Amino acid sequence: MTAPLVLPIVVPLGVTIACVLTGSRPALTRVVSVGGAALLFACAVVLMVRVLDHGIQAAQIGDWPAPFGITLVADPFAAIMVLVAGFMGLAVAVYGLVDIDADRERFGFHALYHALLAGICGAFLAGDLFNLYVWFEVMMIASFALLVLGSDREQLDGGVKYVAINLVSTIVFLTACGLTYGVAGTLNMAELHAALPDVENQGVVAAIGILLLVAFGIKAAVFPLFFWLPAAYHAPPVTVTAIFAALLTKVGVYALIRIDTLVFAAVADVLEPVLLVTALATMVVGVLGAAAQNEVRRILSFHIVSQIGYILLGLAMSTALGLAGAVFYLVHNIVAKTNLFLVSGAIRRLEASLELKSIGGLYATAPLLSVVFLVSALSLAGMPPLSGFWAKLLLLQASLAIEGYVLATAILAVGLVTLYSMTKIWLQAFWKPAPDASAHPAKPSLTARERAGLFGPMLALTAIIIAMGVAAQPFLDLAMVAATHLRDPAAYVTTVLGRP
Amino acid sequence: MEAVLAVLVGILFSVGAYLMMERSLIRLLFGLVLISNAASLAVFAAGRLTWGEPAIVPVGALAPDREIANALPQALVLTAIVIGFGLIAFALVLAERAFRWLGTVDTEAMRVAEPQPEGSGASAVKADAGRTA
Repeated sequence: MTAPLVLPIVVPLGVTIACVLTGSRPALTRVVSVGGAALLFACAVVLMVRVLDHGIQAAQIGDWPAPFGITLVADPFAAIMVLVAGFMGLAVAVYGLVDIDADRERFGFHALYHALLAGICGAFLAGDLFNLYVWFEVMMIASFALLVLGSDREQLDGGVKYVAINLVSTIVFLTACGLTYGVAGTLNMAELHAALPDVENQGVVAAIGILLLVAFGIKAAVFPLFFWLPAAYHAPPVTVTAIFAALLTKVGVYALIRIDTLVFAAVADVLEPVLLVTALATMVVGVLGAAAQNEVRRILSFHIVSQIGYILLGLAMSTALGLAGAVFYLVHNIVAKTNLFLVSGAIRRLEASLELKSIGGLYATAPLLSVVFLVSALSLAGMPPLSGFWAKLLLLQASLAIEGYVLATAILAVGLVTLYSMTKIWLQAFWKPAPDASAHPAKPSLTARERAGLFGPMLALTAIIIAMGVAAQPFLDLAMVAATHLRDPAAYVTTVLGRP
Repeated sequence: MEAVLAVLVGILFSVGAYLMMERSLIRLLFGLVLISNAASLAVFAAGRLTWGEPAIVPVGALAPDREIANALPQALVLTAIVIGFGLIAFALVLAERAFRWLGTVDTEAMRVAEPQPEGSGASAVKADAGRTA
């Protein structure tokens, strides 16, 4: 039964090719692109159902038994991430139909978009370190091209920084792969779980763990390696920023969680203090950076950094509750943050700017957009009864359970500053009267098609935020299941290797 | 033999890291080329080096009759070289574009995406960001 595991990778790759082949007929490419995204979402649902019904799924490609062949694995955490990736892929693809201009479409936006999704799903399902590296690269190359597609000066400037730092991360990752093979003789993550504790020189293992921490820390934009993110994320079209914010850094976080819980569990006592300190610093520095900004997308970019800190905090606490909090937070954050970026795209369309001082009055002119923004922003800040409240509550409980009062204080304080930033956007963009109506007299209004394309995805994401808030129990249960499997990878190892 | 390679990898990494700390984008790229090669060599050496024993199983046998070279790291390195080649090619084109459109290869001068604010309050953080990136 390899099909459910292979399809989330093969479908977007196939759609990539189809988008290239239909490149001369843009209308057809759009249909293929959205249809392909929907198909990916369907495959992800099938995979999720299978994992819930039958436990962890593993596929040995070409029937080469693990650890010799290429293994694809889906435990509940991976399945959740693929499902979220599929859903966000679909929502943002629909949004992109309106947002992406004809030039960028002609230069292959849709093909690159699906290549990105293929890389992301591949990284979630990869069962060995080298495969993870390869899927990271697929994802990176697609993201490089998407970031600079269109070649605005701003995009090139941000792109240079993004590419440079990410290439370094790639090389560090590759080196760590080589060293891991050198000490353990395998790169299969399930086998490494058993093999690494037997390595004689645990110092080397810890050093490799730290190398991977740096490599994934750069991808996940963790303090002090996050400077590339606010430099690059506000430059490309909103659709690109939205899918990057939704999934790119989160793949880094996913890899960190996977490495820390499964592969390098033996040296967790070395990694976890480092994680704990960087998580706290990431939360605080990110949120303070955001408070200093005055442009909507820059504020949101800094908040990505801050939120990554929360997720890592859950990981660093290394209790089942903390991990469940991290998983729940990850999903909540992907949805809420992406929705805020989508709102920023609509604001720019209506106001032709995202500088807080030159926009205003949106509460009067775009009430529906205001509601969408308010729900997402309050959720991000952790207001009940929205999804962010439960995410923060779980982490808070986890921190109190291990008597981490500094952590609990940080969780609450950073939440408060997040609320401040969101209030700033709300006051300036929505409540404040429009600054000077004569300055830009002809405000563009949206056509019916544009409204459908922009608001459809935004309303769907808003509905999920509310659902995760008011009917939190199923989501919390799922997060607990994922966390239990992360805490105790015995089932994962048995499924992959066919032996305990 | 591994020791010689280890020293070589160390030299390549340090030279590459030094180059990457330069302001010029071109030197940064040269640094990247060097450390990506260093990483490939590290992976290669991790499989232990075997002199003159190709990984070939004799005809009719199920297993090799003597100690042979480890083929897996070679396959990994091959993949890594191809990927690295693609990335470096992209980065070179990007540098060329950046030079043409931004008019500079000095990373300190690239401030289009992060303009210096008028006040000096936030500029310390921002200057730092430019240097790191």
